[in-house]
Amino acid sequence: MAVDTETVKRIAFLARLKIEEDKIEETKKEFNDILEWVEQLNEVNTDNVEPLESVNEFHLALRDDVVSEGNQRDDVLCNAPDAEYGYFVVPKVVE
Amino acid sequence: MSELTKLTIAKAKEGLKKKEFSAVELTEAYIKEMENKRGLNAYVLETPEIALEQAKVSDKKYAAGTAGFLQGIPMGIKDLFCTKGIRTTACSHILDGFVPPYESTVTQKLLDAGISVLGKLNMDEFAMGGSNETSYYGPAVNPMKAKNSSENLVAGGSSGGSAAAVAAGMCAAATGTDTGGSIRQPSAFCGVTGIKPTYGRCSRYGIIAFASSLDQAGPIAKDVRDCALLLNSMCGYDAKDSTSAPVEVPDFEKFLTGDIRGLRIGVPAEFRPEGLNSEAAACWDNGMALLKEHGAEIVPISLPHTKYALAVYYIIAPAEASSNLARYDGIRYGLRVPGKHLDDLYINTRSEGFGNEVKRRVMIGTYVLSAGYYDAYYLKAQKVRRLIHNDFEEAFKKCDVILTPTSPTDAFPIGDKSMRENPINMWLNDVFTVSVNLAGLPAISIPAGLSSRGLPLGLQFIGRAFDEGTILKAAHVLEKDINFAGK
Repeated sequence: MAVDTETVKRIAFLARLKIEEDKIEETKKEFNDILEWVEQLNEVNTDNVEPLESVNEFHLALRDDVVSEGNQRDDVLCNAPDAEYGYFVVPKVVE
Repeated sequence: MSELTKLTIAKAKEGLKKKEFSAVELTEAYIKEMENKRGLNAYVLETPEIALEQAKVSDKKYAAGTAGFLQGIPMGIKDLFCTKGIRTTACSHILDGFVPPYESTVTQKLLDAGISVLGKLNMDEFAMGGSNETSYYGPAVNPMKAKNSSENLVAGGSSGGSAAAVAAGMCAAATGTDTGGSIRQPSAFCGVTGIKPTYGRCSRYGIIAFASSLDQAGPIAKDVRDCALLLNSMCGYDAKDSTSAPVEVPDFEKFLTGDIRGLRIGVPAEFRPEGLNSEAAACWDNGMALLKEHGAEIVPISLPHTKYALAVYYIIAPAEASSNLARYDGIRYGLRVPGKHLDDLYINTRSEGFGNEVKRRVMIGTYVLSAGYYDAYYLKAQKVRRLIHNDFEEAFKKCDVILTPTSPTDAFPIGDKSMRENPINMWLNDVFTVSVNLAGLPAISIPAGLSSRGLPLGLQFIGRAFDEGTILKAAHVLEKDINFAGK
């Protein structure tokens, strides 16, 4: 399943990454080399094999639905590159 | 290296208890080494003031008879662990200046046990790499040099700073993390001992996420006993990580009995592919012979899906990484590169903040998870992952531990192009370690010999899930015979 230039651009946008125009061909080639290599998995018969999502054999624990570490606004904001009036600042999103 | 910085944790604990030296003296000795060996680029942040304050507290506790399990032991922390009030960047530009307002569970447990924190250790960016060369801060340098050569060699990766610092006596021990070999391979390259415990043994809370179904913390230390001591403090269930295992943590040191009579050591045929470096193979054979002399039984086993482990890994790890790294948006923490619209801000920040290797993996992960390709790549990889996992289950019906080389070669030069351009070497380099993560098993690497160039070679013991004790026991026996430190 070789990818084309449009696909590379679409994937880059989905990942919110910019690929310079002069790097697109190189990226496409690298991408296709990697995909070709991982496609060796098609040799393996996986009929009736359950996918393994996690090796964790324990049931995920549930906890009470209560606030555990609330009221930490200042800690939450302390690393924000831009914060004002107790909020994160983002560019205007509503025209 | 001063005499104090040569001491293992076990010996240092004894000396501190007997008041042969103080925790402050021990910490000062390591701080001096840290300063003397800055050229190795092992630390990306030094915190000597914090370490000394902690050491003063330790001395008071020894005087009062209330010393903790690792009281006064100076450690380095991989920069992937969030440390409250201490800059943590995962060695990525995108986390510039990030100071966590909370502490990872593993480092909190070590602090509770009484360690001093010397600083944050270099690593591949977001733990993606096998040579520490993807770090935003440049590669850590292996303290070992080849015979008659002054060429700088890689420390391995991703926990390259951790392994280099332990090998150079710049900390008594270090934390590491291992997603595809990131504790074991650098340990092998630098001639130190590192263990990746079973998935779920250590809490992942506060460890910056790379591939959540594979990531696991563990120690890098001077010997097997120190690894056992560190595991005693680092492991345990944590309500803050739902994947941490609610199982009892044994006293790992108790397994170091020296008695491996009747232990069945599995040797997988698939780990000796054509083209395996003859020195690594000889080191492996020597390990088998020594274990046999101690009454262990060598059992040939088969792990038939081994050759697919790397392809599985390079689908699953990037898929999980692309999801985990979606959080770096330029809004909540770290680097922000402005843009006119919100999407521009995201794109500008992520394009400048991530290095090439990280971008590559995020792109692959995004693709294999995208509509129309999920089944062909991601689901397929998860199915083969099941087969790899089942291979180990079958093998462990015939043996108690598995012995393999950690990596097929010794450390390669920094910036070495031939290494990267030789796919067989690269394939071999990772495949010995990667399948263990896919199966979630514990594995330890110990220095097991020297190559003809005079560089360390590692051997790896793989165990059953939650049976770190048996691999520690076997590794401890081999370690004594090999006496690597005495060479």
